[in-house]
Amino acid sequence: MYQVQLSACTSIRPSVMLKPRMVQQSREVVQKEQRRVDHRTRVPRNENLEKLRNGYLFPEIAMREAEHLQKYPNFKLINLGIGDTTEPIPDIITSSMVEQAQALSTLEGYRGYGPEHGNKALRKAIADVVYKGLKVKDTEVFVSDGAQCDISRLQLLLGSNVTIAVQDPSFPAYIYSGVIIGQAGEFQEETGKYWNIEYMKCGPQNNLFPNLLTTSRTDVIFFCSPNNPTGHAASRNQLEQLVEFARKNGSIIIYDSAYAAYISDDNSPRSIFEIPGAREVAIEVSSFSKFAGFTGVRLGWTVVPEELLFANGFPVIKDFNRIVYTCFNGASSIAQAGGLACLSPEGLMAIRQVIDYYKENAKILIDTFELLGLKAYGGKNAPYIWVHFPGSRSWDVFDEILEKTHVVTVPGRGFGPGGEEYVRVSAFGHREIILEASKRLKNLYR
Amino acid sequence: MAKLQAGYLFPEIARRRAAHILKYPDAQVISLGIGDTTEPIPEVITSAMAQRSHSLSTLEGYSGYGAEQGEKKLRAAIASTFYADMGIEESDIFVSDGAKCDISRLQLLFGSNVTMAVQDPSYPAYVDSSVIMGQTGQFQKDIEKYGNIEYMRCSPENGFFPDLSTIQKTDIIFFCSPNNPTGSAATREQLTQLVRFAKENGSIIVYDSAYAMYISDDRPRSIFEIPGAKEVAIETTSFSKYAGFTGVRLGWTVVPKELLFSDGFPVAKDFNRIVCTCFNGASNIAQAGGLACLSPEGLKAMHEVVSFYKDNTKLIVDTFNSLGFKVYGGEHAPYVWVHFPGRSSWDVFAEILEKTHIVTTPGSGFGPGGEGFIRVSAFGHRGNVLEACKRFKLLYK
Repeated sequence: MYQVQLSACTSIRPSVMLKPRMVQQSREVVQKEQRRVDHRTRVPRNENLEKLRNGYLFPEIAMREAEHLQKYPNFKLINLGIGDTTEPIPDIITSSMVEQAQALSTLEGYRGYGPEHGNKALRKAIADVVYKGLKVKDTEVFVSDGAQCDISRLQLLLGSNVTIAVQDPSFPAYIYSGVIIGQAGEFQEETGKYWNIEYMKCGPQNNLFPNLLTTSRTDVIFFCSPNNPTGHAASRNQLEQLVEFARKNGSIIIYDSAYAAYISDDNSPRSIFEIPGAREVAIEVSSFSKFAGFTGVRLGWTVVPEELLFANGFPVIKDFNRIVYTCFNGASSIAQAGGLACLSPEGLMAIRQVIDYYKENAKILIDTFELLGLKAYGGKNAPYIWVHFPGSRSWDVFDEILEKTHVVTVPGRGFGPGGEEYVRVSAFGHREIILEASKRLKNLYR
Repeated sequence: MAKLQAGYLFPEIARRRAAHILKYPDAQVISLGIGDTTEPIPEVITSAMAQRSHSLSTLEGYSGYGAEQGEKKLRAAIASTFYADMGIEESDIFVSDGAKCDISRLQLLFGSNVTMAVQDPSYPAYVDSSVIMGQTGQFQKDIEKYGNIEYMRCSPENGFFPDLSTIQKTDIIFFCSPNNPTGSAATREQLTQLVRFAKENGSIIVYDSAYAMYISDDRPRSIFEIPGAKEVAIETTSFSKYAGFTGVRLGWTVVPKELLFSDGFPVAKDFNRIVCTCFNGASNIAQAGGLACLSPEGLKAMHEVVSFYKDNTKLIVDTFNSLGFKVYGGEHAPYVWVHFPGRSSWDVFAEILEKTHIVTTPGSGFGPGGEGFIRVSAFGHRGNVLEACKRFKLLYK
């Protein structure tokens, strides 16, 4: 039998309450069963999962990284691939999580199940602070364990009989969750697209914003701004067009604003709800991950305005509420305590410093690429730099950069066919790592 | 979504409770309804979470995204603590933010083209998530059942274990033991039958063992104690009722490597894909707490909390027994299933609430098989449970 040695737990004797009584005879039978796995259930594999191509992008990158590490164990690998935060969370925020954890050991402080849609104080803080002046009610805020999870719950809400549009390139979870829920047809190798999904190309030729005149109508439009991976933050004018487009077509925009805190431009809205009329056409999803370094802590939210109605007039918020009650049990109370501290005046100030730190990283990287004569997009309103290698295949560029500089990036193709010829470089990292990466890239491309 | 009936059961109970409090603002309402833990989490566990929280402010201690399947140490600890000698490995364990969430992710895994069976009565999330996923037909008001779901009646007449000879074949069988709401825990012999049934029919059992630590004798705590189970079952469970983690959010699901779809494709591979796409891991702080739960000191502490709730359960069982009621459950679970023959369970719920200010859960909320029963949960401060028992005695003497 497989035994695992645990550094913390090697001498455990599981308590009597836990240790199962394995009758000697049945243990032998279990061993026999182990060697002979010839039973297949008659449950058909979910055909939607069969449609998914390859592995999910980021574990795929992680695998290549691991292979590279094995090949070059002595070289210092720099990871500018997955957008993972690296800087410690400010003390003012973690101390409130420490406090909440400790309170759970006390009679007065212990809390069991929280409301599935989140603690009222946090919902209110999100409505009042993040959506200041935008008339978002706390009752429209649903606290979650992060945007990736919310996207899937929204897909559960929407069901398989809706059509979706995504930006091309875009964060893979919109497409993958769409495939899983049954909104997509087969994958077409020639185009690199799933049948039945509308891909809205975002390239330099259209200012990294879709040409809505050539976009087909869909029920749902996933829109991420500031954008992962291109780093483009849509302008007010562009978002007005998008809202008008959605209104005309009776569509619902799912607006991912996870990187809003990185915006530098005054002309780029931080929320879709800054656009008049958006409350009747949009849902907004966001996250504390890149905002507060909560990638491991797990906290986010979704806003569903009361005015947003299905075709039959039924409020979307009522159905989303039901999804949340049935399929979720609330974000961790400790994470929520941290979230509340994030939105205090001191918390916001402390977070701003960390964000500025990452933005300074982004500037160093943009300057590096520009110095090398490469066209680099993004980086000013988002922690991602989108570098163009005209005529090259992005996985080839990814491989070359990894092989020759030991820097992990993300091949643009992983975000959709519109990402071909691009590589995404993330600006999360300790300053000295970013500087080292910059040096190595300069050496490679000089 | 349109098919779902009324609200999810527990928010409905909460609504009634809130309305009652408005009506009787001075009443001391005692909640023995939703199964929510009440006792503080032992310090050995919370201090680990406090420590992890604090370390996130330090350069050495900060961590970002964790593996979606969970931190390696925790997965290994779960495997060795609960599944030693069962051939379940660390890589078969998927750490989550709780069983309710896992149930929906499992439904996403299975998709809409599968049929399912549930115990009747059962925890509402199995049926409701199935409806949302599109596996069911319309709700039939006359029989209180959704079309296309196989309801496996569990009643005193069959010892709360379904008569499998009368059950139609389905792709998926949800089975919760110890059971919420009946409190009944299946024997080794019964589970052996269930595994055989699943094997013969090519079905997958989704075994919910969230209350396993409440078992009082040597009946199985995991489906994987049954030979052959690894080829037919998934097990899902939670730290909620063991460590008071109802608000902290931590659980896990076991998908054995040996479990295969009809085309031979390993179920674990598809579940891994779901987890990587639709989830981003349980909170690292909660996972630190989970690891502390599984230390020798943590296990001992969890044992003590569980014992406390079991003592509560005994008080409630004794009370209803002394009043001449037919009482079920309560021995292997923190739920007492009280029979009120011939009466509507919502009426009994309302009567109890109105006359004793005690919140319970009407059995019909768990399915038509729950009609005529009330579920009394044993989570509560000792004083409240004693007071509740006193009030029950006054009402029903």
